[in-house]
Amino acid sequence: MAHAAAATAGRAHERGLDVYTQKVGMWIFLCSEVMFFAGLIGSYIVLRFGASDAWGEPGEVLNVPVTAVNTFILICSSVTMVKAFAAAQEGDQKSIKIYTLATAALGALFLGVQGYEYTELILHSEWQGSHGFTPQAGLYGATFFTMTGFHGFHVFLGVVFLSWASIRAFRGHWGPNNYQGLEVLGLYWHFVDLVWIILFTIVYLI
Amino acid sequence: MDWSLPLNLSTQGVVIDRLFWIIAVLTGVAFILVEAGIIWFSIKYRRRDGQKAHYTHGSKKAEIIWTAVPAVILAVLGIYSGGVWADIRGASALPQDALTFNVVAKQFEWNITYPGSDGRIDTADDFVVRNQFHFPANEPVIVRLESEDVIHSFFVPELRVKQDAVPGMTIPIWFEATGTGEYQIACAELCGLGHYSMDAQVVIHDRADFDAWSAGQAAGN
Amino acid sequence: MATIVAEGTGQAILEEHHPQTFLRKYMFSTDHKIIAIQFLIYTLFFLMIGGFLAIMMRYQIAWPDQTLPGGGILPESMVASGYMLPEFYNSLVTMHGSIMVFLAIMPMLVGVYANYLIPLQIGADDMAFPRLNMMSFWLMVPAGLLTLASFFVVGGAASSGWTLYAPLSARPDLSGVELGQIYWLLALVLIGLSSILGSVNYITTVINMRAPGMTWFRMPLTVWALFITAILGLLAMPVLSAAGIMLLFDQTIGTTFFLPEGGGQPLLWQHLFWFFGHPEVYILILPAMGFTSEIIAAGSRKPVFGYHAMVWAIISIAFLGFVVWGHHMFQSGMNPMLGLSFTISTLLIAVPSAIKTFNWMGTMWRGNLHFHTAMLFAVGFVAMFAIGGLSGIFMASTPVDIYIHDTYFIVAHIHYVLFGGSLFALFGAIYYWFPKMFGRMMNEKLGKVHFWLTLIFFNLVFFPMHGVGMAGMMRRIYDSSGYAHLQGIQDTNALITFAALGLYASGFLFAFNFFWSMKKGKKAEANPWNATTLEWQTPSPPMHGNWAETPVVYHGPHEFSHPDVEDKDWLAQNERPDVVSPAGGGH
Repeated sequence: MAHAAAATAGRAHERGLDVYTQKVGMWIFLCSEVMFFAGLIGSYIVLRFGASDAWGEPGEVLNVPVTAVNTFILICSSVTMVKAFAAAQEGDQKSIKIYTLATAALGALFLGVQGYEYTELILHSEWQGSHGFTPQAGLYGATFFTMTGFHGFHVFLGVVFLSWASIRAFRGHWGPNNYQGLEVLGLYWHFVDLVWIILFTIVYLI
Repeated sequence: MDWSLPLNLSTQGVVIDRLFWIIAVLTGVAFILVEAGIIWFSIKYRRRDGQKAHYTHGSKKAEIIWTAVPAVILAVLGIYSGGVWADIRGASALPQDALTFNVVAKQFEWNITYPGSDGRIDTADDFVVRNQFHFPANEPVIVRLESEDVIHSFFVPELRVKQDAVPGMTIPIWFEATGTGEYQIACAELCGLGHYSMDAQVVIHDRADFDAWSAGQAAGN
Repeated sequence: MATIVAEGTGQAILEEHHPQTFLRKYMFSTDHKIIAIQFLIYTLFFLMIGGFLAIMMRYQIAWPDQTLPGGGILPESMVASGYMLPEFYNSLVTMHGSIMVFLAIMPMLVGVYANYLIPLQIGADDMAFPRLNMMSFWLMVPAGLLTLASFFVVGGAASSGWTLYAPLSARPDLSGVELGQIYWLLALVLIGLSSILGSVNYITTVINMRAPGMTWFRMPLTVWALFITAILGLLAMPVLSAAGIMLLFDQTIGTTFFLPEGGGQPLLWQHLFWFFGHPEVYILILPAMGFTSEIIAAGSRKPVFGYHAMVWAIISIAFLGFVVWGHHMFQSGMNPMLGLSFTISTLLIAVPSAIKTFNWMGTMWRGNLHFHTAMLFAVGFVAMFAIGGLSGIFMASTPVDIYIHDTYFIVAHIHYVLFGGSLFALFGAIYYWFPKMFGRMMNEKLGKVHFWLTLIFFNLVFFPMHGVGMAGMMRRIYDSSGYAHLQGIQDTNALITFAALGLYASGFLFAFNFFWSMKKGKKAEANPWNATTLEWQTPSPPMHGNWAETPVVYHGPHEFSHPDVEDKDWLAQNERPDVVSPAGGGH
């Protein structure tokens, strides 16, 4: 994308959105992501209304306290993401390194906790008289693992990109003249965070 | 080359066919206007050396006319269709106390449950016949459609009836035949490799014959 | 002298000093023009495959009691002792539709022409994200390979219709197809991803990379159409991806999203599919409308009649396209009261289509019509699309839909829109923009023969299908000889099949013209059609980076026959106003 930025920077343009191209691109991509999760969440709502007895009470199978902590971890990672971006704008190299790495680490920690949660559910829980809460455990299991799984996949991709951003941070790549990549990554990361808050609410709490 | 609607044998078919032909006339007129216009313009305004095209960006008046006219026609058509639809499929359209049959589709056959001698479905004297649907003419009948496996569609061309049978759902439809005779149920929704041959016999009797047939079947069981 | 901007340096260097390997230049190119040509070759190949599947299908429909000629070379799982098997027929039905929609028409409209035309028509030097653009082509390659491979796996290709209605599509035990279905769903997810990446690129490029002076209402209608199409794709494809993934899970890991045995809902699949599927229909027609507007304006030597109305029609079609999906489901068991609201929205969406048709005719009115091949196809598009639009009114009327739903009437309708509409416009677009793409003209004589053969055979194939549908012939029927009400139309079915063979054969005339002209065609000038939009104001084919210097736009997109311009009948968008100064320049 550096190529695109360089190739277009020098040219005159009709006024579009007063935002640089990569940021516009990420906004548009996120619209598509909204529709993807809307498809999954919409299906969840329809299926749950159609067969409400297939769902457990909040906390009956799912471990709400652990996931609440995990939610908190993800929210913290959004804060560190904002800090990393602010540091890049100020040119504070030390903070850039600390905060990008912290965001990547918190994202990885979230995945770790989710992995633990999955293992516990599949191996050590009871649901409707059978052992193990799996994707095959009726609509409840299927929607739970599909929705949280796809969210987890998005977090995983985010962690990969954050690791790459951290490596760049340690090479001194980011700064007041080069913060766009971090900002765009930040948009994605906040979106993933927001989706999680919605999922946590409708899957775990309601 | 028999390109017409088949013989109609139901009360609903009368209004459906009427609506079909109304639309056919309306669209036919539009079709002739558009195609004739295109051909006429193509000939009349074809390239001539030295001729310069008329420079215009459009005409508000013309555009308002050709927005409004189709909009009005379509709105009227929509309202009329909606009324007919409500008479056929509306929540209150289902006749009370009509003779009721269960039709259960499965790959690749139709199983019809008959109400038996008491004339009521879901009672002990119900009986099931595979791939044969007998019912009386000149009175409304209800078919409760179900499917055991995949989606099928209950289609009797002469009755102008079509309704998908969806697993997990019971869908009631009704119709009233205006004549007797032997026809076929066809499956209209792709349902697997035997889809093309998923037909069943339809026999429409007058009421006395139907009762006699039904009694004979019940005795045979 | 062509210049490009070197990566990261912002420094202009000469192209000749930047040698590229064959692989970088033609295979893994990030140049939007090369990617468009890659898409063009790819989609023409799948158009040929999709057509061939239809021909096999037609043979079976016309002569169900006869052996398939040449069927002996196909494996026993498709053709047994000379006779086509019903399961293979179902795969043909399914994959003909799927391939034509997802691997031929959609990528040809969008992958080829959004890629090729958007940067050139708005005066940009490339897409906003060239490498993402390359990726969106290379995602299509495995998708195509998976699709082709699916025919040869155990159980054959997917066979539950292009609409993949669950539970049939989710239950290998009921459909007999397991791997083929999985392959196709995976291909569909790849196609979705490719399409979403493409959309992000097109939308960003149009928003932020227009040349100076290229205001929103100076954009050619093709760009408008492709821009709105990209928005539709962006919002509709992810819903299909989500639904496709759920179906894949039902099929492979034993979930029950769409299976009633586990509390799932078969109708949920239909709602999700058509929530995508109806915008998809407009993805397949809006760009075609854009090309047609452009070609008819240039061919008539007149500005597009009612340019603003055309833009608003595109926008309202796109918006309404998201609220009409239920009209595919009138007989599905959906609450009948929903039917009325979907009828209203469906009839509403016919209004902008009517506006567009009349505006095309208005553009031709008092013009100076140059009937080159592209113009013939564009006018043919208007004539055929009108039929497809009108026949749609039958289905929008719910009571009539009870009878014609799932019959050949629908098959006729969809083909008048997708073949008579989209594909006619695409043929027009290929003839029209070929000189720009390859620097050579296509042969006009062959082109005209191709047009007339296509028009005649097309109507002989699809017009009688209305009659077949009226007689009550169900779609996707392998053998109709068991039905008393279908005996009278078997001769029509044979006629249709003969015409289909002619239609397919005339495609090869086009293919010959296409490849022969690429090598041997007459050299094309920069602007062979004396057209006004920006792509014609740079050499054919344009250099890497498109422009010797960034164009500046002063006029609307279709300034033909302006009264103040004396010596010629067109005014390019970037001609300076102090050279010529028309009064009504666009906006």
